[in-house]
Amino acid sequence: MQVNNEFKPTIVAFCCNWCSYAGADLSGTNRLNYPANVKIIRVPCSCRVNPMFILRAFQRGADGVIICGCHPGDCHYTTGNYYARRRMTLLFSMLDYLGIEKGRTRVEWVSAAEGAKFAATMNEFVETVTKLGENKRLEDLRCKN
Amino acid sequence: MQRIGVFVCWCGTNIAATVDVKAVAEALGKEPGVVFATDYQYMCSQAGQDMIRDAIKEHNLGGVVICSCSPRMHETTFRKTAEKAGLNPYMVEIANIREQCSWIHKDMPTATEKAVILGRAAIAKVHLNAPLTAGESPVTKRALVIGGGIAGIQTALDIADAGFPVDIVEKKPTIGGKMTQIDKTFPTLDCAACILTPKMVEAAQNENIRIFSYSEVDSVKGFVGNFHATIRRKARYVKEDVCTGCGLCTEKCPQKKVPNEFNLGLDNRRAIYIPFAQAVPKVATIDPNYCTMLKSGKCGVCAKVCTAGAIDYKQKDEFIEEDYGAIVVATGFNPIKLDRYDEYAYSQSPDVVTSLEFERLMNAAGPTAGTLLRPSDGEHPHTLVFVQCVGSRETRDCGKPYCSKICCMYTAKHAMLCREKYPDTEVYVFYIDVRTPGKNFDEFYRRAVEEYGVHYIKGMVGKVVPENGKLKVQASDLLSNEQIHIDADMVILAAAIEPDESARSIATMLTASMDTNDFFTEAHPKLRPVESPTAGIFLSGVCQGPKDIPETVAQAGAAASKVIGLLAKDHLMCNPCVAEANELMCNGCSSCEKVCPYGAITYSDKEFPGPNRTRVLRRVASVNPAVCQGCGACTVACPSGAMDLKGFSTSQIMAEVDAICK
Amino acid sequence: MQKNQELELTATIKRISGVNPRLCMKCGKCSATCPAFDEMDYHPHQFVDLVDKGQIEKLMNSKGIWNCLSCFACLERCPRMVEPAKLIEAVRLAVIRQQGQNHLKPEQIPDLLDENLPQQAITSAFRKYAK
Repeated sequence: MQVNNEFKPTIVAFCCNWCSYAGADLSGTNRLNYPANVKIIRVPCSCRVNPMFILRAFQRGADGVIICGCHPGDCHYTTGNYYARRRMTLLFSMLDYLGIEKGRTRVEWVSAAEGAKFAATMNEFVETVTKLGENKRLEDLRCKN
Repeated sequence: MQRIGVFVCWCGTNIAATVDVKAVAEALGKEPGVVFATDYQYMCSQAGQDMIRDAIKEHNLGGVVICSCSPRMHETTFRKTAEKAGLNPYMVEIANIREQCSWIHKDMPTATEKAVILGRAAIAKVHLNAPLTAGESPVTKRALVIGGGIAGIQTALDIADAGFPVDIVEKKPTIGGKMTQIDKTFPTLDCAACILTPKMVEAAQNENIRIFSYSEVDSVKGFVGNFHATIRRKARYVKEDVCTGCGLCTEKCPQKKVPNEFNLGLDNRRAIYIPFAQAVPKVATIDPNYCTMLKSGKCGVCAKVCTAGAIDYKQKDEFIEEDYGAIVVATGFNPIKLDRYDEYAYSQSPDVVTSLEFERLMNAAGPTAGTLLRPSDGEHPHTLVFVQCVGSRETRDCGKPYCSKICCMYTAKHAMLCREKYPDTEVYVFYIDVRTPGKNFDEFYRRAVEEYGVHYIKGMVGKVVPENGKLKVQASDLLSNEQIHIDADMVILAAAIEPDESARSIATMLTASMDTNDFFTEAHPKLRPVESPTAGIFLSGVCQGPKDIPETVAQAGAAASKVIGLLAKDHLMCNPCVAEANELMCNGCSSCEKVCPYGAITYSDKEFPGPNRTRVLRRVASVNPAVCQGCGACTVACPSGAMDLKGFSTSQIMAEVDAICK
Repeated sequence: MQKNQELELTATIKRISGVNPRLCMKCGKCSATCPAFDEMDYHPHQFVDLVDKGQIEKLMNSKGIWNCLSCFACLERCPRMVEPAKLIEAVRLAVIRQQGQNHLKPEQIPDLLDENLPQQAITSAFRKYAK
């Protein structure tokens, strides 16, 4: 029980430069709290997120990975988020099969104006991942020093 | 390994209040490769920037990490600072410890720990940064406008006024487009020809504008600033530079039974014709489908009567090649075909007409010389029924799911004009919703009801049956919850509008994207409404979405200003963060080409060293850096890992992931 | 309880018919096209509206549902593919089911058979009168 209380999951968030990264900035500007476990990596578009990045994150001990992009139809590059959505649907179902629960992976659309949604999404995601506990399934123990 | 300098900003108390900046600088100073780490109150201030510049020189830094506010705020500032110190601007990375750390966390140890991790990720990335230089490409100072309607004319005039040469390519024998067929314009009831024809003449006389009428764009190659187009000038069998437009041939031609498309087939023209009196260029054209001389070699009347000797039966299609810096699409629209709307009896009775046909019937230059007469018997109609939303807002596959936007207003106009010219008529308009947003639009519609006594009925016409010279209209009146029956003399259908059928092939040619309705997509629905996502392609008029004339003219001007902004530059600076194919790894599978929204990827056969000192030809991808916008879709689609995105390379993002998960 | 029943009934009607009344844009073309308009107490467009509002009971008590000719003109001409005729059919079914009144029982069939009766008529009679 004690262990669970102190467990702080590591969350990697990939945010597209045009919508979600700006949305994350806005939630900061509005001083909306979300847990410090979330670390954001800026990518030009959600379609830049290679499934390899997600596998690598889990391999290196991440407990959850979230990808944020522009709302469908609003992509700065017109179609990028559609590719991301399709690729991630496939990847996540495979990860689920490998034992990475669906709750640990997520795609969310956050626009540059949705600071509140960004914070709320992160809060909720961290809560879900915390409940699921540590990711041991895909972690490469050789990476642990 | 780069020699890296880390600069932690306090941002006054914005960062320093929740992040222990000194501890962050100290912790990051111990990271591998970091040779210098410091903190300062305001890194973006002149003093802060000087500090960075001096440190770069003093410690011979190869990479810089700045822990400060969002890169969206000051990335450019710090890149410029680095550049001034002689470092490549793309060797700078920002760790966002304000918006994404100090402002959202209240607890100092937590925030400090996160700031260190974000700093580490930035350091890991900067280790793998490579100096990037923005490429330049020259700009051809000439624009191509595809489509010579009001949108194309206005765009061309505005570009020409700024001093740039423009070519208009129009597939019909004359420019002017749909507006030439319209009688009056709402809401002012100006005569359309009176305001359009001067513009057509102006375009023809402008030194900077060339008009290629009766021509089509055959192919377009190249990219922004450097397009190369082939224009097909279709044979009109009349020498354009010799014909005086006297029209004698069009009176003497013995082939009299050619449906006149300008009047939508409501009357006939000859096989040699000038579409209308004010056509630009005013040159005759022979219709090869009807000309007896061209079909059987017997006739030649037009050549005999032509005093200028302009007729040339042996004329062939001509091809013109030209370079352009920008292309404007202004392909316009057509009303949809109504042959699948049997319920309205459009194909059964000539007295059921579309609104555009009705324009011609009301027009002084139309088939009835402006007197409203029934097409079937030439009698004066007394009861007219207008049906709105025919094919618009319809999810059946014969219709269009969108609102065509202009029908409510032109129907109000038609109804009003009928009542004004012929007070003895009863005019009914069946509507689902009357949509009249626009300056003086609703007032106009209300005038039709209040002053002119047009009967607006909320409901829809269910069927029209021609019977004993009348049209039996069965409709619903939703407000009185009744089914009503009207014996009408004419039924006018407000047909939905759809993009011109040529738009799809032009979009493919230009790699400009379209929506499911074949309207061109804009680069951003709110902020870049006149640009296509493909650089150098601009949109004008209805090809982008339904519009009325003032909106079309406004968009045409906006497109022109964007074109002028592009052509005014001698060179285009390209974004250096673009995709790049590793030719040694590429297997030529085309996966990247398919996902690229900009058509930036092309394939070519290249020679590579093969086994036993042979040379092998392989098909490999190459990215045009002037066209690529750097989204990275191709990098993930590439199965062999040959594609990478500069500035956001796979190894850089992996390094960030590693640093965060450590 | 009343509300729950109503919701359940509406869901049943939507399920049986496969129609989504929210697609309706209230143009009235169904009523404009209906040949039995004058015979019906609720007209096709009202039908769609009442299902959307969940007032199925009104429709079940209406005589109009038995006067619908099932000519499918409304379905054919609806611009939004709402298919009002299918809703009416579904309400008829709901009435039959609710009353437990099977107007046709399988036992009756042998007596009804004669040489001229096509197989299809039996099938369609079952469809309309026995659920």
